[in-house]
Amino acid sequence: MDSQSTNDQRRSSIKVGLFVTCIVDQMWSSIGTSTVEVLSRAGCEIEFDERQTCCGQPAFNTGYRAEAKRVAQHFIELCEESDAQFVVSPSGSCTAMVHHYATLFPDDAKWRARAEALARRTFELSSFLVRELQVLDVGARFKGKVTWHDACHGLRELGVRDEPRALIRQVREAEFVELENADACCGFGGTFSVKYPEISVAILDRKIEAIAQSGVDAVVSGDASCLMQIGGRLSRIGSKARVMHLAELLASQ
Amino acid sequence: MEHLTSETFDANARAALNDAQLRGALRNATSLFGKRRLAAAQSVSNWEDLRTQARRIKDETLLHLDKYLEAFTSNAEKAGAQIHWARDGAEANEIVKRIVRERRGRLVVKSKSMTTEEIHLNAALEAVGVEALETDLGEYIIQLAGETPSHIIAPAIHKTRYQIADLFVDKLGIAKTDDIATLTATARSVLRGKFAAADVGISGVNFGVAETGTILILENEGNIRLTTSLPRTHIAVMGIEKVIPHFADLEVFLKLLPRSGTGQHLTSYQSLITGTKRAPDGEGPDELHIIVMDNGRSKMLAHPTTRQSLACIRCGACLNACPVYQQIGGHAYGSVYPGPIGAVITPQLIGLKKAAQLPYASSLCGACREVCPVKIDIPELLLHLRAEITERAEVSGQRSETVKRKAGERMAFKCWAAVMTRPRLYEFGGKMAGFLQRLIVRGNRIGKVGGLVATLAPPLAAWTGSRDLRPIEAKSFRQKWRERGATVRGGSAS
Repeated sequence: MDSQSTNDQRRSSIKVGLFVTCIVDQMWSSIGTSTVEVLSRAGCEIEFDERQTCCGQPAFNTGYRAEAKRVAQHFIELCEESDAQFVVSPSGSCTAMVHHYATLFPDDAKWRARAEALARRTFELSSFLVRELQVLDVGARFKGKVTWHDACHGLRELGVRDEPRALIRQVREAEFVELENADACCGFGGTFSVKYPEISVAILDRKIEAIAQSGVDAVVSGDASCLMQIGGRLSRIGSKARVMHLAELLASQ
Repeated sequence: MEHLTSETFDANARAALNDAQLRGALRNATSLFGKRRLAAAQSVSNWEDLRTQARRIKDETLLHLDKYLEAFTSNAEKAGAQIHWARDGAEANEIVKRIVRERRGRLVVKSKSMTTEEIHLNAALEAVGVEALETDLGEYIIQLAGETPSHIIAPAIHKTRYQIADLFVDKLGIAKTDDIATLTATARSVLRGKFAAADVGISGVNFGVAETGTILILENEGNIRLTTSLPRTHIAVMGIEKVIPHFADLEVFLKLLPRSGTGQHLTSYQSLITGTKRAPDGEGPDELHIIVMDNGRSKMLAHPTTRQSLACIRCGACLNACPVYQQIGGHAYGSVYPGPIGAVITPQLIGLKKAAQLPYASSLCGACREVCPVKIDIPELLLHLRAEITERAEVSGQRSETVKRKAGERMAFKCWAAVMTRPRLYEFGGKMAGFLQRLIVRGNRIGKVGGLVATLAPPLAAWTGSRDLRPIEAKSFRQKWRERGATVRGGSAS
């Protein structure tokens, strides 16, 4: 990994603010530690502001804009205090929410500008590594057959499609296969998953069917929420396939 | 047959999920339509440009709709058409009934039209003793079955050929068969006789060209051509949003609509009708009546976000692409317009109160926006309507079910916002959840919860009904970060 160490030196000045997301922080913290590991290997200096909580998406998506706005303002303010060039998150969905912040301030040009400024420096992990740092190999190793599930918001709000695949292809000993209808929704949809659980699981079962056909050891994706949905069903039906966040795969050695 | 309503969407959807035949039919049809659409879109090099152009044309038209409607109607009148304005469905139905009555009509042939479905024209005609016969094969099938369309362009998408065969045996008295050619031939022989005998033909309109007063109607079966040319009187019903400025604009829409709808490069028939019959051929009906109807559309026009709802060209692509529609089909929405675009249009047509569930019947995956030929941001519209619903519930003094349910939800989100803006409270909440989960974690997973836990935490019960829940890790990320050491590398904290 000679080229990697050169990269490390060249990038030693890149400061990244980690936006870990509430779901990773409170429920699945190993995704957070894996993200730190991967970003460190890519030569980033990482800071984590402990005042961060949620991006506000649950309220925004349920129609509670005032509540979403309060939470968004909290996050914008704390990010503004940091001199990190980039804010990076292991979630396409929460990153997309930050990119939507400006719409919460239709009548407030000042806040809209602050929201837009934060959106410009906020990135989802895989697109940050590939597009901003031009890093494809983070020295990962994983023995097994893996596939990628395109989480909807990363794919359709941020245009993340090739980046995670390029990163996975560099993982030593891993065999990558495409999932049938990889870009089809897993049925999570936030509160949708508990408002309409039967529809949510009916949608999910198509995904589960495709996973079973692919015969993979692990389904990798970029959002913890989709992984909880897919993993929850795999566990319930006793499947041997496991779910993994991209950061976890890339941190494996 | 009793028709479902939007108010019982949740129950409708559950019933649909238990209908194996329905789900099989939906799976085949939506995936076939989806694949054909993709191939057809890829067959033109400038698909994205076409979408952008189409949306620009629609935006321009909607911004100056008064001007274009005036041009359309005056040019259509010049060509010999009679124009009728209808504020709502009831007015439109009255106009149709009056025209039919004045011509002593007993039999009306109809070609497929979502607009006439929207205003329940068939029922209105039947109530005054006029037989209104659907002549599109899919519409004919569901009319025989006493049902409503479950898809914008494929009204009988929910039926298998075997169900249709049984229906024909039952209603038309044919010998038992499931041969598709025999079934279509049967329908054709019934319908042909009706075309010749009908007094009035009623159609919808795909596009109304302002520049020339022309209406364009697309189809594959030839029944629209017959409906609009054989009877002496032709009535076309159109929403105010169907107008486009120029004849040349049709080039864009004719490339987009068939490809998005059925995956065809072009439909088998395109009927361009400008006024009534005239020399030299002198063919066609004696009279053309065009009913231009609002029925709630001008309300959508008023707001810049909802205005884009009127750009819809009724191709049905968003239905085929929608993971929710793919599972439950159209009837569960309990509305004339189902699927993603239906979830957007219906609450605006019949009111948020009656259709409050529909904007929530989406995972917001965005597949609808991706396939929409006129780039309608359906997820944005769904979010807009969700916000309207919660805001209205707050100011409303009513004690309706929706409002009551929303009161609890609103309180929950107020508390949530209070916690999420107080990091210490947030961390404490996480610790409490981690502590409490000990009660329900078994073998490193949370299985189906029941009893008191299910009562106290309904979302948890809803989740674990058919999915396990991943237990919360022993330490939160922030704890690990503070302890940094072995597990967390990285630079200095701020």
